[in-house]
Amino acid sequence: MSSLTEKDRPIVQLLLNTGTCPRCILRFCCVASQTLYRRPYKDLMKDLKEFLKNNQEKEDTVSFDVVDPPCKRIRLEDTEEQPDDLNHNGVLQQIPSVNDENTAMENSAVTVCNVCLGILQEFCEVDFVKKVSQKVNSTDYQFTGFVFSVSLPPQLSVRERAAWLLVKQETGKLGLSLAKDDIVQLKEAYKWIIHPQLSEELGVPADGKSLFEVSVVFAHPETDEECHFLATACPDCFKPAKNKQSVFTRMAVIKALEKIKEEDFLKHFPCPPSSPNNLCVAVEIQCNNGAVFVAGRYNKYSRNLPQTPWIIDGERKLESSVEELISEHLMAEFKADSFNFSSSGREDVDVRTLGNGRPFAIELVNPRRIHFTAEEMKGLQQTINNSSDKIQVRDLQLVTRSAIGRMKEGEEEKTKTYSALIWTDKAIQKEDIAFLDDIKELKLDQKTPLRVLHRRPLAVRCRIIHTMQSEYIDEHHFRLRLKTQAGTYIKEFVHGDFGRTKPNIGSLLSRTADILELDVESVDVDWPPALEN
Amino acid sequence: RICVITLAEAHPLLQNGKTITSINYQISANCSRLQNKVSGKSKRGAQFLTELAPLCRISSSDGEEYTIYSCIRGRLIEVNENILSNPAILQEKPSTEGYIAVVLPKFEESKSITQGLLTQKEYEEVLLKRLNSSS
Repeated sequence: MSSLTEKDRPIVQLLLNTGTCPRCILRFCCVASQTLYRRPYKDLMKDLKEFLKNNQEKEDTVSFDVVDPPCKRIRLEDTEEQPDDLNHNGVLQQIPSVNDENTAMENSAVTVCNVCLGILQEFCEVDFVKKVSQKVNSTDYQFTGFVFSVSLPPQLSVRERAAWLLVKQETGKLGLSLAKDDIVQLKEAYKWIIHPQLSEELGVPADGKSLFEVSVVFAHPETDEECHFLATACPDCFKPAKNKQSVFTRMAVIKALEKIKEEDFLKHFPCPPSSPNNLCVAVEIQCNNGAVFVAGRYNKYSRNLPQTPWIIDGERKLESSVEELISEHLMAEFKADSFNFSSSGREDVDVRTLGNGRPFAIELVNPRRIHFTAEEMKGLQQTINNSSDKIQVRDLQLVTRSAIGRMKEGEEEKTKTYSALIWTDKAIQKEDIAFLDDIKELKLDQKTPLRVLHRRPLAVRCRIIHTMQSEYIDEHHFRLRLKTQAGTYIKEFVHGDFGRTKPNIGSLLSRTADILELDVESVDVDWPPALEN
Repeated sequence: RICVITLAEAHPLLQNGKTITSINYQISANCSRLQNKVSGKSKRGAQFLTELAPLCRISSSDGEEYTIYSCIRGRLIEVNENILSNPAILQEKPSTEGYIAVVLPKFEESKSITQGLLTQKEYEEVLLKRLNSSS
């Protein structure tokens, strides 16, 4: 083995004797060549033994054949536990052999590695890769790359630490120092091996930037309690959290391992780690696609439609909603699990949204389909528009998550224009309302309107009405167009809200005024980018 | 459900000839309704009112003093300070700008409180009865 040198020999010997698999041995010898790890298991084992044997010719003292009790050899023909094989170190059990070649090799004793618990053994074999790719292909995800993520049981960190301490001790004898960072991480080595195989099965490359994630969760129930000693040594690392089953999460265990002193660790945990009887189990193989975002602008033509579903005590008060009318079709096309609707401000049930419409964005969670051409998006827009006359959408397009921020800044900062139909109790003539057109930058003090006071804090808001334009209708009616600061309550500006919005149309006209109809004429946000329709 | 407390139609203060001389939100040595401060959505810190809790005392030029009661159990959200600076609106627009206070009852009591109130029609009947019995 070209990457191993003389100084690695005692470590290789030690780890092999104590039940560590070839790939973990390479890791602890800081071998960083990815191709080496990808070699078949039996070849690696053979080469390691060759490497050790070469030493035999040179030195007499190193005795290869002395095998301590901790190293368990298993008869490959046995497929069941033999009670008489019990010794003080535990029960011997066979690992199911992954391909026929192994059974022919009577010399290959396949113990479950005491450090990786089989991850760099069984779970690197083609059978497992096929299992994963079968799971992926059984779903209907559309993807051009993948991210492979692995969740390892926390006790692996504990065993890794124990093995490191063992190796550190050994290299110390040679007068060499071993830094933890030089050791190849288990997850990294595992991905070196899995990525090319999985990539070949799925026909797409492994890509760190891909939104498509294949995740595998491993567990090893047999050794779950190995972490528990850390709770007595570092109790403050393990606080019970409401939504976690076990307090011994990976993060908590890693944190505790950083804190615990070497001597304390060695007091509570065997070094080298014991050989387990069983392999890890892949409890979950799941696929997930990152969320995609669809943005656009909507018009609302109904005076009887809420923006979001209006449900009180499980009872729906009004049929449908803007959000449902738009996302229904998106959910079907993108085949997502769920959606999150947000918009640049909103309007009341009885208010129409005219003009260019209001910007909105929908996050589609875990979509199965993610690629749509501009043509397809136009088609989707048409489908939505054909399905309802209460709403219409435009500029429908895919956007990035960061683009949502631009929409929200519109909510706070940008102006809006409205058109209100106003009634007055006392008669008005054209001259009585003309002066409104000349008022610029009118400052309002608006206390939280009574109609929302039950669910909003009491406060006073200063808002500005930039311009107004009046249109006389008759002695008791006129239309008013206004351009206002974001967050202005228009209805309250008209009727005064018991005098809690000052000034108001009533006070300006010295009459009692009320609002009959309100329309949003424009939302002055230049996002999302307008598309040629 | 938000409640707005106003003077009833038949209140003496709203009858002809009454002039208001003062309105006082200090209802006892320790309690001024003007000091009511609420914070947050759940209106923490609000003075809690029972039906007979006084909101304010109003004096008229003929020497009479009237105590206005809450009539509703709940948190006091705000009292109308506009009537302090402009008492005229209390008589001119008692049901809108001349309101006395805003109270927010407990969510669970909302329904029972509404049921305990009179509708406009029922109130008018009460007034009629009053007129008939006094004549």
